[in-house]
Amino acid sequence: MNTTFSQGIKAGTSIAIGYFPVALTFGLLAKTTGLSITQATAMSLLVYAGASQYMALSLLATGVAPWLIVMNTFIVNIRHFLMTASLSEKVMPAPKWMKAIYAFGVTDETFSVLATQKEGKVTTAFAFGVALIAYSSWVVFTAVGHVIGANLPQFLQEAMSVALYAMFIGLLVPSMKGNRKVVWLAVMGAAIHCALYYSNLLSTGWSILVATLGSAIFVEFIYVKNKKTIDHWTVQKEAKN
Amino acid sequence: MGASYWWMLLGMAVVTYLPRMIPLTFLDGKELPPVVSGVLRNIPYAVLGALIFPAILHIQDGHILFGIIGAVTAFVLSFIGLDVMFVVIGTIAVLAIYSLF
Repeated sequence: MNTTFSQGIKAGTSIAIGYFPVALTFGLLAKTTGLSITQATAMSLLVYAGASQYMALSLLATGVAPWLIVMNTFIVNIRHFLMTASLSEKVMPAPKWMKAIYAFGVTDETFSVLATQKEGKVTTAFAFGVALIAYSSWVVFTAVGHVIGANLPQFLQEAMSVALYAMFIGLLVPSMKGNRKVVWLAVMGAAIHCALYYSNLLSTGWSILVATLGSAIFVEFIYVKNKKTIDHWTVQKEAKN
Repeated sequence: MGASYWWMLLGMAVVTYLPRMIPLTFLDGKELPPVVSGVLRNIPYAVLGALIFPAILHIQDGHILFGIIGAVTAFVLSFIGLDVMFVVIGTIAVLAIYSLF
């Protein structure tokens, strides 16, 4: 069972590996956009949100007003409301100030690692470990990227662009085994997002939010209606035993 | 880019931090009705599906096969029970070999 800080570091290592190419590329792009190393690293240090940082760069490059960039950042990150609300059900009770600190470290990736932990609740020490290793990787490799300018061979850069998605799949598939509800949730989430993406109905920030909420509510509705109110934490435990 | 950059950064930091902090710090889980709590527990799996697709198909512009190979490799590696880190490394390795040929 994962409870300690160092187990958190270990569980967060795959995130750190996944962040390496993404942060490196961000550092490089920031440089070509005209940001200094201080400005680029400060963005990773203070904002710490990959999608919105990339978006900010492209908007800065096209001369969009700063307040509009802030608005877009908010829209892209609204999905974290859902994630941290969901996470509040999964973490051990802790003083509010402690939760307020590691809440800063909640990203798509750290959320996925914390929320898919198999047994019981997530301890505060474990959450701090996962958050710290991921955050360090993001900040350090932003600076490194700005300095060295992504001198990795092209074929390796291309291959590494899959890292974060491979990690999401690696987290999802074990939970799918023997749990049809999890399969439905993931398939519905993917299907709704694809529909919104290819029809250009919403921007990415909104469409992930709508797809997630749509799938979570729809599947819950079907299961409650069929009186199959299976608690998946219990199911996972049984599958493991 | 001078002072306005730093004001923008401050704004971005605030609007990113608040959605992370408010629910985690002030919701306790116990007070919520069962249906809401059920939906919240569904979210990790729904969001993983939405994060993976369609984005993984478009990691290389105009080269969907590249993404498909990555997705299939990651699915197979995690299905046979590999640890997440080895799923990541193995998938990178397969795509690196693929793009060399």
